[in-house]
Amino acid sequence: MKLAVQLYARARDLAGLDQVELELNEPASVGDVRTALADCVPELAPLTRGLLIAVGTDYADDSLTVAAGDTVVCFPPVSGG
Amino acid sequence: MIRLTHDPIDTHQLTESVRDHAAGAVVLFLGTVRELTEGKRTLALDYEAYPEMATAKLKEIAETASTKWPITAYGIIHRLGHLDLGDVSVAVAVSCPHRVEAFEAGRFLIDTLKEIVPIWKKENFDDGTTEWVHPGLDAATDTPVSN
Repeated sequence: MKLAVQLYARARDLAGLDQVELELNEPASVGDVRTALADCVPELAPLTRGLLIAVGTDYADDSLTVAAGDTVVCFPPVSGG
Repeated sequence: MIRLTHDPIDTHQLTESVRDHAAGAVVLFLGTVRELTEGKRTLALDYEAYPEMATAKLKEIAETASTKWPITAYGIIHRLGHLDLGDVSVAVAVSCPHRVEAFEAGRFLIDTLKEIVPIWKKENFDDGTTEWVHPGLDAATDTPVSN
């Protein structure tokens, strides 16, 4: 399946894109998204271990299954305030 | 009340919005743009957010706080975009019947905001360099800092 992944902050700057389209085998997990992201965008490879991944508006751990059409968002640790 | 905005934060209006006859205490926290960080001089900060999730997480934090303390009213506003030295980046106002709970609730709201709400700041240093602030990540290697 194809899955669009949105990027923020340093992840977006390193990739040079605010969205990456990944091709994943089903069923796919958040962990698979992390791996595919590093493969698809080599500039992101060092960062991927430290990336946080959200599905919709909630943080997701690597075991969560993702489906086509899910809003998947990847970003480095937050620094608001 | 929860809001993300690109406009300057009206801190007086925010404070007034949580005042209530049921509350004997109002606490206001302001986060402001600091000039010096570990010896480097900041000229400005750029803030961005994943807005849908930031708003959802702020609501979640406020709901959690309301189960821990008898909050009469609260207001959280986070600014986004380009901020100069001294600008207010975040304002948290909370009112409670008594001061101890108002202080504790305010502390919890800002501490938890900084921990989980998807908002990021980018430093613009006076030497012309910029750097995203990502706690726990080594800025040179982009890998998690080992303890």
